[in-house]
Amino acid sequence: MSTPYAKLPGWVEYGLVPLVNLAVAFIVAGLVVLLVGENPFEAAYHLINGAFGRGEYIGFTLYYATTFIFTGLAVAVAFHCGLFNIGGEGQAYVGGIGVALACLWLDQTMPWYVVFPIAIIGSAFFGALWAFLPGWLQAKRGSHIVITTIMFNFIASSLMVYLLTRVLKPLGSMAPQTRTFAEGGQLPKLDWLLSIFGLNIGTAPFNISFLLALAAAFAVWVLIWRTKLGYEMRTMGHSPSAARYAGIRESRITVIAMMISGGLAGMMALNPIMGEQFRMQLDFVQGAGFVGIAVALMGRSHPGGIIPAAILFGVLYQGGAEIAFEMPSISRDMIVIIQGLVILFAGALENMFRPAITRAFATRGQRAAAVVQTKGA
Amino acid sequence: MDNIAIELRGIDKSFGPVHANKNINLKVRKGTIHGIIGENGAGKSTLMSILYGFYQADSGEIVVDGRPITIRDPNAAISAGIGMVHQHFMLVENFTVLENVMLGAEDSQILNKGIAKARQELKRLEKEYALEVNPDALIEELPVGLQQRVEILKALYRKADILILDEPTGVLTPAEADHLFRILGQLKAQGKTIILITHKLREIMAITDEVSVMRRGEMVATRTTGETSVEELAELMVGRRVLLRVEKGEGTPGDVKLSVQGLTVKDSRGVTMVDDVSLEVRAGEIVGIAGVAGNGQSELLEAIAGIRKGTSGTVLLNGQSVDVTGHRDPAALRARGLAHVPEDRHHVGLVLKFEESENAILGYHNDPRYLNGVFLNIDAIRKDAEEKIAKYDIRPPNARLKTANFSGGNQQKIVLAREMERGPDVLIIGQPTRGVDVGAIEFIHKRIIEMRDQGKAVLLVSVELDEIRALSDRILVMFAGRVVGERSPDATEGELGLLMAGVEGRKEAAE
Repeated sequence: MSTPYAKLPGWVEYGLVPLVNLAVAFIVAGLVVLLVGENPFEAAYHLINGAFGRGEYIGFTLYYATTFIFTGLAVAVAFHCGLFNIGGEGQAYVGGIGVALACLWLDQTMPWYVVFPIAIIGSAFFGALWAFLPGWLQAKRGSHIVITTIMFNFIASSLMVYLLTRVLKPLGSMAPQTRTFAEGGQLPKLDWLLSIFGLNIGTAPFNISFLLALAAAFAVWVLIWRTKLGYEMRTMGHSPSAARYAGIRESRITVIAMMISGGLAGMMALNPIMGEQFRMQLDFVQGAGFVGIAVALMGRSHPGGIIPAAILFGVLYQGGAEIAFEMPSISRDMIVIIQGLVILFAGALENMFRPAITRAFATRGQRAAAVVQTKGA
Repeated sequence: MDNIAIELRGIDKSFGPVHANKNINLKVRKGTIHGIIGENGAGKSTLMSILYGFYQADSGEIVVDGRPITIRDPNAAISAGIGMVHQHFMLVENFTVLENVMLGAEDSQILNKGIAKARQELKRLEKEYALEVNPDALIEELPVGLQQRVEILKALYRKADILILDEPTGVLTPAEADHLFRILGQLKAQGKTIILITHKLREIMAITDEVSVMRRGEMVATRTTGETSVEELAELMVGRRVLLRVEKGEGTPGDVKLSVQGLTVKDSRGVTMVDDVSLEVRAGEIVGIAGVAGNGQSELLEAIAGIRKGTSGTVLLNGQSVDVTGHRDPAALRARGLAHVPEDRHHVGLVLKFEESENAILGYHNDPRYLNGVFLNIDAIRKDAEEKIAKYDIRPPNARLKTANFSGGNQQKIVLAREMERGPDVLIIGQPTRGVDVGAIEFIHKRIIEMRDQGKAVLLVSVELDEIRALSDRILVMFAGRVVGERSPDATEGELGLLMAGVEGRKEAAE
């Protein structure tokens, strides 16, 4: 690093510490597998093989990762502003309305590349709308964002049940879902991307919204670190009193940050709706909004960390499903336990090993500094 | 030795680089009221927290009734007979007096027996010490003075023989304070030992038997109250240090740049913090506001700087009125030529997690020269920061270093550079050298005087009396939210100290 004052080199801070945490999480998860009488190494094999073993598996892993990048970015943007947006789940769910409306309107007349941009705007609009109210209530009324966003998750859930059973359901259908979209409402797969590496995508729904997710990650980086708005958000997030001193309008920034966050969460809906199901189903979010919290935590709210964290959770989802399939005594719930352990060690207990690692590097750093000094003299 | 209730031997305590208590020795005689005075930050509260078990001393010994004891936590203090009345009350607002008194001393899981016993005991205590409170009243419905009485009852209920009161009159009206003193006298008559922590000299003279003075973490003197004087105590408290006299010529005051008329500020609880303050600062002069911390100076600065709302009054900046009672907009004030170096650089003046260059634009981030449309112009920001680093000799000279990694003096220079380099018409500065290393103090003082010589109007608040005297052209003294007097910087320390303690000011105000 550039200075002798920096506590830990970047590769330790962003590489070694998360890896140690992850390793411990897997060791404890292995003990749990042992406890139910199964071979943890076999489980690990199925996890890795299930996530990376074939082009199709990789496609599924990246499909899940796409979803988690969006929700992780959503949590991260709000977090930089000191807001804990627990409502990604509901914002993504409501964001689905925007996608569905765009597709139902244009899918039979327009090609996907016309529908897609409109669906992006629609999903971001509805997601932002769903985050606007909690943001506004926080800014103007002091209602705590954690409480209101959780409540809005439930409201979203009820609202979507209503819409999918009464409004958006085609006549005569028994299923709570929209009709299946025609060609224009279906995103092309990224089979060409995998075939560069000689992989066959098979039936995996890995689609173009992955590229949108990467673009969103870059846009979030620009927003947070290279724009005036991002500067104001970070000031508020680190020190509300300094923000007041600097004349930053707290309520305005709070509402804007929440709307950007909600918009990103809403864009998550593009992936399952236009990329996999080609229709909007009941409960299509499936907890991705909450996984986004873990992804943002693990990725330190930095897009460069969120992408690998999202891929890790993609591995856990895809590889976990494979374990459950291959090893019947490990149920689906066991997989959730393993995911929980990763969240626990990588998120909640992320500072557990930090003091020891810092100490190890402090002594090393001193020695290195001494060497530099003698060289300088 | 058995007339010593409590003795401290060589108590030492550091918080990281801050040496809060240096080898403190103290003897408190049984059945007396012992005052401990000192300026804010002198280490009084740390010492008492050690005595009450909130902190552990790094070294030293506590002797109660001739027996050395270790006080690991407040429970150990209570069983050693030490009770504490905190500055901020530790009461459950929606409990009754009785419930608060017995909280933590219920004796059994079934409350009935304990309640009956507590009620009886309360009655006895009330009679014995003239501490009347309705045991069934809710705390939130009691005035502050009575809440404090409940705190005292709590300590007595736990059989405290030594009672520590931390700034007990800070929240009381004068009448309530007088009543408190009568209660303390009663307690003393019953053989209790009382340690009274305060920075108000008047209280010390009125009620204590002995008084110990703390300054910068050290116990500098202990006197018998009857044999000392307010002047001597003020001198001991403020300290006769070598003055950091800066070269300063005569000022040439010009037009009035900042004018405050009848400004009143209340805090969120409705307590008046600034009470009808009027002042003027002219171009080319430094007006210093002296006063013991917590007498409204901070609130006054914040109200002028646009961070805090005033309740009434007017402020004119460059002859144009500022809306002090409505929506506050510090950014607009900055654009009108007001710069503000806040008292608390860690939480207000800087964002410690930011890079140095990011802090160098805090508050000025709307300036088009730092922006490309909605984007930050990183190159311009860093170049600007590097120029300031060179000009203000900020070390290490690294605009990309995290601000938390700079020393206190260099952090303060970052703030000063940002606020001064704009060429503001009015500069308001709070505690310019708090927590700043000696080397940087001189530099900062020089800069402030340079600003004056360039014709800026400077309003300076500091709890360091020497600093105020060294820099100011005029000194206003604040006490209890009011400006109680104006003096020239040639006034003696004793004279200013008395004003700061609210002794002289009362007379002056009465006249």
